[in-house]
Amino acid sequence: MSSPASTPSRRRGKRGRGSNPPTPQDARSPPSQKRRTDDSTSTGDLQPMPTSPPADAQSPGAADALFSSPPQFRHSAIPLDFDISSPLTYGTPSSRVEGTPRSGARGTPVRQRPDLGSVRKARQVDLHSDGLAEDIVATEQSLGQKLVIWGTDVNVASCKEKFQRFLQRFIDPLDKEDEDIGLDLNEPRYMQRLQEINMVGEPFLNVNCDHLRSFDENLYRQLICYPQEVIPTFDMAANEIFFDRYPDSILEHQIQVRPYNALKTRNMRNLNPEDIDQLITISGMVIRSSQLIPEMQEAFFRCQVCAFTTRVEIDRGRIAEPSVCKNCNTTHSMALIHNRSMFSDKQMIKLQESPEDMPAGQTPHTVALFAHNDLVDKVQPGDRVNVTGIYRAVPIRVNPRVSSVKSVYRTHIDVIHYRKTDSKRLHGVDEETEQKRFTEERVELLKELSKKADIYERLALALAPSIYEHEDIKKGILLQLFGGSRKDFTHTGRGNFRAEINILLCGDPGTSKSQLLQYVYNLVPRGQYTSGKGSSAVGLTAYVMKDPETRQLVLQTGALVLSDNGICCIDEFDKMNESTRSVLHEVMEQQTLSIAKAGIICQLNARASILAAANPIESQWNPKKTTIENIQLPHTLLSRFDLIFLMLDPRDEAYDRRLARHLVSLYYQSEEKMEEEYMDMAVLRDYIAYARSYVNPRLGEEAGQALIEAYVDMRKIGSGRGMVSAYPRQLESLIRLAEAHAKVRFSDKVETIDVEEAKRLHREALKQSATDPKTGIVDISILTTGMSATARKRKEELAQALRKLIQSKGKAPSLKYQQLLDDLRAQSDIAVTKEMFEEALRALADEDFLTVTGKTVRLL
Amino acid sequence: MPCVGDWLNSPLSIVQGIFAQNAPNSDWEKKVTEYFKEKLKENNATNWVPSLNDVPVHYLKPNSLVKFRCMVQDMFDPEFYMGVYETVDPNTNARVLHFGKYRDVAECGPQQEIDLNSPQTVTSERQTFYCVPVPGESAWVKEISFLTDASQARVSPSTSYTPSRHKRSYEEDEDMDLHPSKQKEQHVGKSCLQILCFSGSGGDIHGCVEPKRLETEASAGHHVISPNCSPPLDLNFPLPGEKGPACLVKIYESWESFKVNDVLEVFGVLSVDPVLSIVNSEERDSSSLDPMECMDTVEEQRVHSPPASLVPRIHVILAQKLQHINPLLPACLNEEESKTCEFVSNFMSELSPVRAELLGFLTHALLGDSLAAEYLILHLISTVYGRRDVLPLGKFTVNLSGCPRSSAFTEHLYRLIQQLVPASYHLRMSIESMNHSRFIPHKDYTANRLVSGLLQLASNTSLVIDETQLEQGQLDTAGVHNVTALGNLITWQKVDYDFNYHRMEFPCNINVLITSEGRSLLPSDCQVHLQPQIIPPNMEEYMSSLLTAVLPSVLNKFRIYLSLLRLLDYSISDEVTKAVEEDFVEMRKNNPESVTADDLHKMLLVARFLSLSAGQTTLSRERWLRAKQLEALRKARLQQQQCVNGNEL
Repeated sequence: MSSPASTPSRRRGKRGRGSNPPTPQDARSPPSQKRRTDDSTSTGDLQPMPTSPPADAQSPGAADALFSSPPQFRHSAIPLDFDISSPLTYGTPSSRVEGTPRSGARGTPVRQRPDLGSVRKARQVDLHSDGLAEDIVATEQSLGQKLVIWGTDVNVASCKEKFQRFLQRFIDPLDKEDEDIGLDLNEPRYMQRLQEINMVGEPFLNVNCDHLRSFDENLYRQLICYPQEVIPTFDMAANEIFFDRYPDSILEHQIQVRPYNALKTRNMRNLNPEDIDQLITISGMVIRSSQLIPEMQEAFFRCQVCAFTTRVEIDRGRIAEPSVCKNCNTTHSMALIHNRSMFSDKQMIKLQESPEDMPAGQTPHTVALFAHNDLVDKVQPGDRVNVTGIYRAVPIRVNPRVSSVKSVYRTHIDVIHYRKTDSKRLHGVDEETEQKRFTEERVELLKELSKKADIYERLALALAPSIYEHEDIKKGILLQLFGGSRKDFTHTGRGNFRAEINILLCGDPGTSKSQLLQYVYNLVPRGQYTSGKGSSAVGLTAYVMKDPETRQLVLQTGALVLSDNGICCIDEFDKMNESTRSVLHEVMEQQTLSIAKAGIICQLNARASILAAANPIESQWNPKKTTIENIQLPHTLLSRFDLIFLMLDPRDEAYDRRLARHLVSLYYQSEEKMEEEYMDMAVLRDYIAYARSYVNPRLGEEAGQALIEAYVDMRKIGSGRGMVSAYPRQLESLIRLAEAHAKVRFSDKVETIDVEEAKRLHREALKQSATDPKTGIVDISILTTGMSATARKRKEELAQALRKLIQSKGKAPSLKYQQLLDDLRAQSDIAVTKEMFEEALRALADEDFLTVTGKTVRLL
Repeated sequence: MPCVGDWLNSPLSIVQGIFAQNAPNSDWEKKVTEYFKEKLKENNATNWVPSLNDVPVHYLKPNSLVKFRCMVQDMFDPEFYMGVYETVDPNTNARVLHFGKYRDVAECGPQQEIDLNSPQTVTSERQTFYCVPVPGESAWVKEISFLTDASQARVSPSTSYTPSRHKRSYEEDEDMDLHPSKQKEQHVGKSCLQILCFSGSGGDIHGCVEPKRLETEASAGHHVISPNCSPPLDLNFPLPGEKGPACLVKIYESWESFKVNDVLEVFGVLSVDPVLSIVNSEERDSSSLDPMECMDTVEEQRVHSPPASLVPRIHVILAQKLQHINPLLPACLNEEESKTCEFVSNFMSELSPVRAELLGFLTHALLGDSLAAEYLILHLISTVYGRRDVLPLGKFTVNLSGCPRSSAFTEHLYRLIQQLVPASYHLRMSIESMNHSRFIPHKDYTANRLVSGLLQLASNTSLVIDETQLEQGQLDTAGVHNVTALGNLITWQKVDYDFNYHRMEFPCNINVLITSEGRSLLPSDCQVHLQPQIIPPNMEEYMSSLLTAVLPSVLNKFRIYLSLLRLLDYSISDEVTKAVEEDFVEMRKNNPESVTADDLHKMLLVARFLSLSAGQTTLSRERWLRAKQLEALRKARLQQQQCVNGNEL
């Protein structure tokens, strides 16, 4: 019913307020309109009994004062009797417009709250005795102090008053929420919200239960335990304040209060019968949403004999069909008139436990949600949401006509508030603050840990304990897990600075590289594991798919996008084909992924750290070659790795001995013993998550100096031999590593020790990967140009030698290619390969000294 | 034996008794479980309980005590039910308290109504598991457990089922008497219901009319075609061609301790009330205004409340995880019980002859290759005994290369293995099967269930992968996923179940044996190249004669041997650790290229299983040397093979 019925009716609602009485001119459905006119005339005679029996049975005033939800029109104004049976009542409750001349609390229509309402009836009846007194309370505060709603300890008046006080006074300048854009935190927060409602016209007031709790513990408890009673009271309080302040405001319907973030936030698994009818907040993932269901809120019956009409409200999902006509006493003469019954939108949603909450080895639980009115279609399958609502259990009748009842209840949650957990991710705000909550004890424990002097070593040891030694590599990976600080330079035109650290492991097969990758992948919440052999560029980035049902193009994201804010582990990096690898260039520096495919052009965030593992090209590491030659990866890609580690088999007796002992112990230690020895994986995970979300270190003055020195030193090494060997990229790497190390210490400031460690690690990694095998000297230019400085020098020498050779040949304008090569070989004291020769030729050609055409070399 | 009959045939009346005594007090629940625990402890009492594994559902009395040996295939959402409720007689206003535990339907007399608002009502929670018989369970397991049960069942005349044919008619008469009366009570004058009874609880009604058809129906794997023409319900067995009842097992206590793929033995009340299936027909019942009806999709309803005759419910009174499903061993092998201790020590004393015989048997089976047979024993007793972060310890995947391709050797080898292990599956790899089978279980969100796949297997299942049949060809996406899943299973002993929006990792413990011609394309822990000494002209004859030559009692010993040794503990003394260290350093010194940490891993594994296979729970120096020797032999063979291949090329 999403549109045809409700939209026009809303429109009508606004107009109705202005023009009084409304006329049935809004002709969306001509047939029913005709009947309505009939009705109004026929029921017009019966005006003395305008309201439905249930409403008559109780004091209407009380009902109204307590629950703003039941339609107010019945008694709000007697002159409006015409309206009650007026032809305008069609469709959703929102269409029930009364054309009061004055606006304000009384004038704005009340909209039923099906999210609260399904069990309301029983309570109302019980309330009856209090009803009249309650009315008095409303006017004379002194009397009604001890009156409470039946079955609860909620005193409406005091509850309302407290909540009003809360709205008017609550200030919490420290609590910054993402929705608080434009709020002055030093002013009462919710009064500003009300102002917003006045301006925007969206009559919903979201209230953070956490605020309420810090304001008034008791009120909070009442809200949690009796949401059904308390929320309408809140509604009432909010409306009173609102219309007091903005008497001229025109709203679609009265303000509805939507509490969220009930501290009783629960894992779906912990829901138990005690939570029934309480306000709960659970998180999960939407897996299915139903079509829109029009749910009858109030049935309209007409007697077939005397045309007497009556309304029956829904009660616990059922409509009690009146068996006797009150007017003519004919039995079974009442017939349901669908067109004049009231319906509300409803949607069934299945929510599944989020994967993080699931215990290992069990399948996820699901729970049904019912969303009403505005909340319909607010979430799609796949969304991660935090849902606040009332937990319900309803008995299942085996068969409507049989009295026996299945002894099982159906449970669902009536949704009051949704909060999407990952919607913000799309907007680029760091979501990790929200993602994980830590109990105070846990934070205490983590902080305690962080104070230990050897925390860095400890954590490194806890990482993949089954993998023996390789401490520096573990340290590197640890820093990668923590990551640098995120910096934003958009205003200076530089865009986001990469905070993620990329690491490449390369080495002999069987040195547990894959195991390390697996471990990391299992450790981080948003990790992806792919194998270079099996992944295509499409699998890594994103692809466009045609949805078979809707024929709509859908963008499906690949591993890199999925590991946004996580780590993407790529095994067998060397086996990856060229085109796939080229995708990584953008991701590894810009941290974005551009897609232009099938008409979809977009840029996705891919702020993933990359942990790659590669085997040497000859499968066994050749110590006589450089890293580049061993792994044959383009140096453009290599320079994007902050750390490149070699995992080589150290041929050393002591190492072998330790390794053997370590392995043997694996084969007889019982599982419990193993776990005791090392830091728990869960602690490690929490430690990292905490540091990532709460610690954001900045460079200190000294550290800055140290970095500058380190960089200058690196540049010097190269410049000594007349060429540049360190680039700003290396400096950035150093900064990131230093920041990550500061994070390990939970320190807000990067200090010299962090820089020292970063330098050490960088050097260690470099020492391995950038050592020129011909000279044994660490040479960064291997990484940046793919060629060691000596090799470059040699190339130049060869070119010079060739030039001399040609010049010595005199004035011959052209030379034979093969001849020249042979001559050069004869002259040179090192073996000149054809490749080297060609390279030398090319170098000379670049200098415009000669040109090569086919097999002849021409001088210029 | 009237007392036996009571708790066996109508456990609910016993529960009622206990409930009435302790009524509003919640102690009664504990007392019920205690009562049944006591009863089942009595000598062999467990064998009197009819088992759903052996006896077709329609032979069993509704609401009687049954047992079921099963694997948890899926876990449904927890249910809230009326633990205690009150009924009111509108005429007399008499109130009676009832219990809702162990029941699907709240009992309520014809003149009574359930008071939903009674303050006495207690809402409780229970968990539903969808359970299937252990996938790939060997025929001999079924047979032996059936025989032990049946022999006991005959002793007690009141147990409702005896396998002999002539007795059945009597039983059915009894059932008939029971059922229609109940139905009349509950749904008078409901024609569509009648149809449903035929489709749903078809067993009872058809049974008396057409006993023969019933027989075929029951054995045909429950593909009952419903009159309302909906497709037959997929019972969601992990392996194709499986039979046997699937069950909705309702667990009342400590369900958190159970996991998917756990093997359980449950004792509980069988519930096949036809009312349970009615939910399905309600779609057509448009007069129902209950908004809850539209909550679930049709598929979900079909899956979550299937006809009770197809998928009976068991309300669990006692449940235990099984360490193994070998009926020849005591069910629970903990050391406190003297009986099991005795059993183990008795068997240990005759261990070495059994091992020798088994080795001989397998040597013949592997065409005279004793080294391969040795490795096969090690493989068969291997089990994942622990995990060090992601690394599973104790898996021992063997790749038996050099298998003759032509003579259906692998087929017969599998048949022999099947005779030895309690659960196994033969996976014939082919392009076709890789592309089209479902290996990884995935979540079907419309039906809200975990659709099973080939790799959803219970612990210690033997998976024999036959690569000899694989031809060249193109794998499609599904095929690639399947091969990757197999690779993951072998390397990490885990399967990533597909939950559409995310994947979830389920650790497993599956023994994988790969038979191939050359080196397998799948990873493996150790490759043994088969060197047949004899090539029998007729493989089939040869293999079957091998089996018939083994006495059943000896065969049973083999079975005990393989299952028992898996469960033993193992340790390495400091002394031997030192020796191993020395050895390793020495080996590396001599030849650093060829001996890596991986080799040490392998050797330690071989040593572990070698010691265990001889019944020793600590590593001795001799075993270590023997393990080294075996490894050396195996490697030499591989090298030799490579040389041969090299020459050929």
